[in-house]
Amino acid sequence: MSLLRVENLSKSFGGVTAVADLSFTIEPGAIYSIIGPNGAGKTTVINLISGIFRPSSGRIFFEDQDVTGLPPYELAGRGLSRIFQNLQVFANMTALENVMVGYHLHCDRRFLPALLRLPHIVRGDAACRDFAAELMASVGLGDYVHAEASMLPYGALKRLEIARALATRPKMLLLDEPAAGLNPAETDAIDGLIKGIAESGVTVLLVEHDMRLVMGISDRILVLDHGRWLASGTAQEVRRNPEVVAAYLGGDARER
Amino acid sequence: MSGLWTPRRGGLIALASVIAVLPLFLQNAFHYDVAILIGLNAIVCVGLNLLIGYAGQISLGHAGFFALGAYASAILTGEHDWPPLAALLGGALGVGLLSFVIARPILKLKGHYLAMGTLGMGIIISIVLNQEVELTGGPDGMPVPSFVLFGWKPAGELTWYALVGGLLLATVWLALNLIDSPVGRALRAVHGSETAAEVMGIDTTRYKVQVFVVSAVLASLSGSLFAHYAGFISPAEGEFFRSIELVTMVVLGGMASTFGAVVGAAILTLVPQLLAAFHDYEMLLFGAVLMGMMIFLRKGLVPSLAQLLRERRK
Repeated sequence: MSLLRVENLSKSFGGVTAVADLSFTIEPGAIYSIIGPNGAGKTTVINLISGIFRPSSGRIFFEDQDVTGLPPYELAGRGLSRIFQNLQVFANMTALENVMVGYHLHCDRRFLPALLRLPHIVRGDAACRDFAAELMASVGLGDYVHAEASMLPYGALKRLEIARALATRPKMLLLDEPAAGLNPAETDAIDGLIKGIAESGVTVLLVEHDMRLVMGISDRILVLDHGRWLASGTAQEVRRNPEVVAAYLGGDARER
Repeated sequence: MSGLWTPRRGGLIALASVIAVLPLFLQNAFHYDVAILIGLNAIVCVGLNLLIGYAGQISLGHAGFFALGAYASAILTGEHDWPPLAALLGGALGVGLLSFVIARPILKLKGHYLAMGTLGMGIIISIVLNQEVELTGGPDGMPVPSFVLFGWKPAGELTWYALVGGLLLATVWLALNLIDSPVGRALRAVHGSETAAEVMGIDTTRYKVQVFVVSAVLASLSGSLFAHYAGFISPAEGEFFRSIELVTMVVLGGMASTFGAVVGAAILTLVPQLLAAFHDYEMLLFGAVLMGMMIFLRKGLVPSLAQLLRERRK
């Protein structure tokens, strides 16, 4: 059983086609990367899979169930979470509370018990707090547990988004440029973090510009160009593919 | 973090103490009158703060819900001989349903558009109250029978003061509970980033609708009590300016601070009374307060003071 299957996915904005007739399958337990030149439609693919955009046509299956067009909060319930390229941290909360929000689906979310602060809400919140603090420590944010999220440095915010997404206990994590804006040392650390996430059994779909990172950790790579499938395979295969080289270097001997 | 003296418990005890001790300083009926009005406004503001301060959704029409609650009580007790408690609850239920129906379409709007949408909503309610002369008495308003609770009739300022004070304390307690729960975190997440909240599994529409209804129902309850307390109600209670007044109270006290909402309500109820001689300039005053806060103290009084204290302690 595949974890995620995308069939003939297309998305256009007005007259611009961002993703065209894209199909691919992701098996559980892998690190799967999508690469491509700027404007290739990588982030659009992530937005389509995570329910931020509705596809113009095509279908998306998660665990063999059709999830096309479901809102993000329902996808989260099925085990799909993500981080954002342009950070979407809750700046009005502490770092810890950000991660606690990630645990939302595993809490008692009913209105009346919360309003009356019944004992099990208090207990649940205490457990959620501990869980979130542990998770923050595990992604290297132990020092920031009590900090306001708005006070965190950029690199820490990236990790905070990862911790928050992991708090939903996803089966699959979509990472949209986790290394963007990080220095080489920070990128190496993120590299280790992503490997750790995959080893813990969470399937990773990675969109990234840092080729060293992508080539180093991906089990499979999908190359997009102008919203279309260009190539896919292991790092070795993709690296040797002349069409991929041409797309990156701007060759013109390609068929569309 | 732990221990008996949490900020939330400390705040509740402080508020209870103020409510308990205040009568020692209230010397005449007028003083009590102002205190009761502060309490009624504060109840609305605590609810409005859940919507504006925590969930980040503006409403410029909440005076409409206050007035609807007041008129529900006035009409149901005055014209249809309902027991006041039943009228109060009936009004709250009606306003709850109305706000529920309005909430879904209106909360699709964001920012300025939501402000305009709720503004329009408040104005429509205000027009209906003015025009339905048969039902509401029109611009002249209508008298409201006294409040009776299972045969007990709160008479005299101290009794009303205790009733409103108790209700305010209960409202604050409930609001603090809500904020410090998964529901409260979901609301604040909606404020922080709606997209990210959705990805975390939060049905943002549902939570926005919930908090909108809660804030409308609190306004309605407060309006019902006001109607019985004042013994008379007019469409002025539901006017646009009242809505602005309520928002200004929330902003002055401090967005996303329940105690701030109470402080804001207290100050902005009190100040016009102290400056009664300048009544004509009331609107000017509220406008200036709102502008001043936005420029110099965007977080509002209570959060800014709290931050100052924290920094001093370090």
